[in-house]
Amino acid sequence: MRRSSTPLAWLFAVVLPGLALPGTVAAAGNSRIIATGGATAVEGAAGGGLVPWALLAGYGDQGETGATAFASVVRVDDFALDVIGASVAFDNRVELSAARQRFDIDSVVPGERLEQSVIGMKLRLGGELIYDAGPQWALGIQLKRNDTFEVPSAVGAADSGGLDVYLSASKLWLHGPFGRSAFLNGTLRATQANQTGLLGFGTAGDSRHEAVMEASAGLFLTRHWVIGAEYRQKPDRLAFAREDDWKDVFIGWFPSKHVSVVAAFADLGSVAGLDAQRGAYLSVEIAR
Amino acid sequence: MNKLTRPVSLCTLLLGAALLGGGCVTSGTLEPSLGAARDRQAPDDSLFRALGGHAGIASLSERFIRELAADETTRAFFTRTDIGRFDRLIQEQMCAESGGGCTYTGDDMRTAHAGLGIERRHMNAVVEALMRAMDKEGLPVATQNALLAIHAPKQADILGE
Repeated sequence: MRRSSTPLAWLFAVVLPGLALPGTVAAAGNSRIIATGGATAVEGAAGGGLVPWALLAGYGDQGETGATAFASVVRVDDFALDVIGASVAFDNRVELSAARQRFDIDSVVPGERLEQSVIGMKLRLGGELIYDAGPQWALGIQLKRNDTFEVPSAVGAADSGGLDVYLSASKLWLHGPFGRSAFLNGTLRATQANQTGLLGFGTAGDSRHEAVMEASAGLFLTRHWVIGAEYRQKPDRLAFAREDDWKDVFIGWFPSKHVSVVAAFADLGSVAGLDAQRGAYLSVEIAR
Repeated sequence: MNKLTRPVSLCTLLLGAALLGGGCVTSGTLEPSLGAARDRQAPDDSLFRALGGHAGIASLSERFIRELAADETTRAFFTRTDIGRFDRLIQEQMCAESGGGCTYTGDDMRTAHAGLGIERRHMNAVVEALMRAMDKEGLPVATQNALLAIHAPKQADILGE
């Protein structure tokens, strides 16, 4: 938990009060259509499980403030990732988010776990997910800080912090295949991160940003149930172990605008020298 | 809405030769084929039929209006509305847009919503009222989505953007 004061202070000073704010000010509201807030990706931005989307957290539209809080767990063969976080979105224009990740690497370094904080900001550039013919666009940043840099440093990472920048386009077709609503998202990310930053950023000889592509697709069986898949390309820079792209297939349940649950089968590939890391992903989000 | 038998055969003649005759046949009813013959393209009244025809649309419109009246956000916009006329125009519009062969006689969307101070949250509430109404009518997901998809592009006119 060392050096985590800044992101955690953010979490408590900005985001959590944001959860209470909509209920107490005139700007309260959650008028956007159910499920259009998506879920929360592992780095805290509104999205799927692995990929940030162009839509903003919660259900606030223009003149409204939305907010969410989430907890996610990923259990693959040899590792465990736990994430908590929260976000607030103003005017369906700007999203602020904070997330705290804990990655248990006991299987490769007994007793060790890695921790990372991510502060995110996302700006909706234009377009509207449902009503416009074209996609909704958003530009986002994720300021990351690895608070357990000894292990990443020992395996060759150059920096304990990094900045991801991404551009996302999301589109929902109300009357898609089989008469169901279909969703597509594409995200272009520039990142220096090794394993999203859990293994630090860059290497001694290479701290440039690298462009990676991420994509998500979903089909709403009903207004409340969605199935889909995601793909997240990743850099592969650390010499000590190969890093693979991530993917998942998911099912999401939106019983109301106040709670959603996403379960997935995730394939994280090779992580820290251990191949074929596959397993379960589960995320619960509350929104208001 | 009469003189129907002739347009059907005309439709078949015009489009059957273009290997699109199936579109005329599957339309199932005679009335839309009149428009089809005029427009020289296959009519699609599948949504109109999925909505339950005139009777289904009348029922949906009534349910929709009840939902609008029950929600305080939307109710405020209808305090001086002639509900009978509104009901008739909603039915006309749904019928016309679903391939039912009706003619919508109301104002265009931009004119009809001008000056009402409609914000996005108000529009969202109307969409949700329609969703609740369709749920209560027991309409299948695909039918609901088809109707919503027809209305979605109207947002700019409704909001006066």
